Amino acid sequence: MGALARGPWLLPLVFGALALLSLVLTPFLVYLLTVILARGLVVLGLLILWRTGLMSFGQALYFGVGAYAVGLAEKYWGLRDAFALLALALAASAAMALVLGWLLRQYRDIYFAMLSLAFSMILYGTLVKSRVLGSTDGFTVPAPHFLGWAPGPALAMHALLLLTVAAASLGSFLAARYLASPMGHLTTAIRDNEIRVEYLGYPVRRAIHVKYVFAAMLAGAGGALVALAVGHIDPDMTYWTTSGEFVFITILAGPGSVLAPFLGAAIFEAVRTYATAYAPYSWQMVLGICLLLLILFLPRGVWSLFGARRRAAP
Amino acid sequence: MTALLAVRGLNKSFGSVVAASQIEVEIEDGEVVGIIGANGAGKTTFVNLVTGYLQPTSGTIAFEGRDITALPPRDIIAAGISRSFQVPQVFASATVFDNLLIACGIAAGGRFPLWRPLRRRELLAEADRLVERFRIGEYRDQPAQLLPQGVRKLLDIAMALVRQPRLLLLDEPTSGISVEEKFAIMDLIMGALRNERIAVMFIEHDMDIIARYAGRVLAFVDGTIVARGPPETVLADPRVRRAITGEPMPARGTAT
Repeated sequence: MGALARGPWLLPLVFGALALLSLVLTPFLVYLLTVILARGLVVLGLLILWRTGLMSFGQALYFGVGAYAVGLAEKYWGLRDAFALLALALAASAAMALVLGWLLRQYRDIYFAMLSLAFSMILYGTLVKSRVLGSTDGFTVPAPHFLGWAPGPALAMHALLLLTVAAASLGSFLAARYLASPMGHLTTAIRDNEIRVEYLGYPVRRAIHVKYVFAAMLAGAGGALVALAVGHIDPDMTYWTTSGEFVFITILAGPGSVLAPFLGAAIFEAVRTYATAYAPYSWQMVLGICLLLLILFLPRGVWSLFGARRRAAP
Repeated sequence: MTALLAVRGLNKSFGSVVAASQIEVEIEDGEVVGIIGANGAGKTTFVNLVTGYLQPTSGTIAFEGRDITALPPRDIIAAGISRSFQVPQVFASATVFDNLLIACGIAAGGRFPLWRPLRRRELLAEADRLVERFRIGEYRDQPAQLLPQGVRKLLDIAMALVRQPRLLLLDEPTSGISVEEKFAIMDLIMGALRNERIAVMFIEHDMDIIARYAGRVLAFVDGTIVARGPPETVLADPRVRRAITGEPMPARGTAT
């Protein structure tokens, strides 16, 4: 169940600790933690979809929409405020998901996954071909301002990390509330029996649509924050391998808690960072072996370690 | 006074197959009506038409005087008609209690039941009341997929009741249940519905159950109603005996 079911103290504790930690980290770790939390937000959306037995192989679509909303607004409108940019990314991904959701909510299983993949590849194709949108090179994203405050690059990264911690904690709080609500349980029940849900008088497709938009907004926020942290966007952010990484992290993390996606993203980024450093030509193999071992020994994801220990305790 | 349910000239065909032909039915408040008929006589088609799962080719269905023909199932449920299924439709991996809790949560919900938690006091209490009412406390925390068929049937019916229907349609409530248990299950169902003034329409193959529980019987043959009235009259009707009960009844116990 959600982290809230385990005690409402868990979320503020974890994210409060992260906020304090951010004050003493080296610049590289500040950057890494920002990316981890931002990507964790995308995975949180996938976890919510997964509860209904739906998996999107194209969640990079909304990751890209969020990132490009930020990049384009800075480039063409000169918008620099991080809060405004984040709001814009949320609005753009929600609007896109609202439209595509009308089609996707009719599909399940592999059809849902493949159709979501197709949409993300359409965006990728468009970005690559369009000069206005930066083509294959993409473009740089300057450091943001915060409500009129324009810090230097190093301080801006710290501020961005704090914003990301806030976004991640708000995102997981809302996700936990959602999963604990009748609607959250209802969408889990859809996986079991759609006919019964319809005959209880609730439209299954509406429930899936709502969940799809929620997941897209989380991915859009993640994309916006990564764009600001990395300082550069390009079409690879929407490529299917990026979507694949998110699915990878979702499985690695497991569906156990709304905090699991952040732990999963941390493991993924850590393995990637150090594997790239020590085995630059075979880091993907290292990642692959990690996932293989996890699926063999922890089929419910790394979060199941916590669940098991809790159950063993008196 | 208008009937609770009024079906007029209802027809349904699938290509050249006629599944319902000129069906006329009136159900009064609080009535218990049995539906009999051989396999393929159109009993389930009739239930599917009334609950909006199928759209009629022609004819009208009115509930409490309001036209509900061709509305989608969820609007018909909101109007006050619920159903159970021949094959129970439950959330297989959830426990009995959670099945009822989710059902209560949806019923209490509104369009976007998002903010308040499912496990809140009044919903928990409501789910427990249903467990009590159907006497399935023994199975409360078992996942639905492990239940005996009779209990799963009861759960399915209990879930149909959360929307507080005024008409409940039961599609073969005793199918798949051993002969010894059938009456016990029916007693439980009828007991749980008593004091609620819910009209019940149930499909049944066991004529002893029909004779015992139905106040009135509709006999279906080839998509149309060939006989209707009190059980003793309908069960004695020669057309019914020829098409449904099968044999010109010899004395009980000597049938081969």
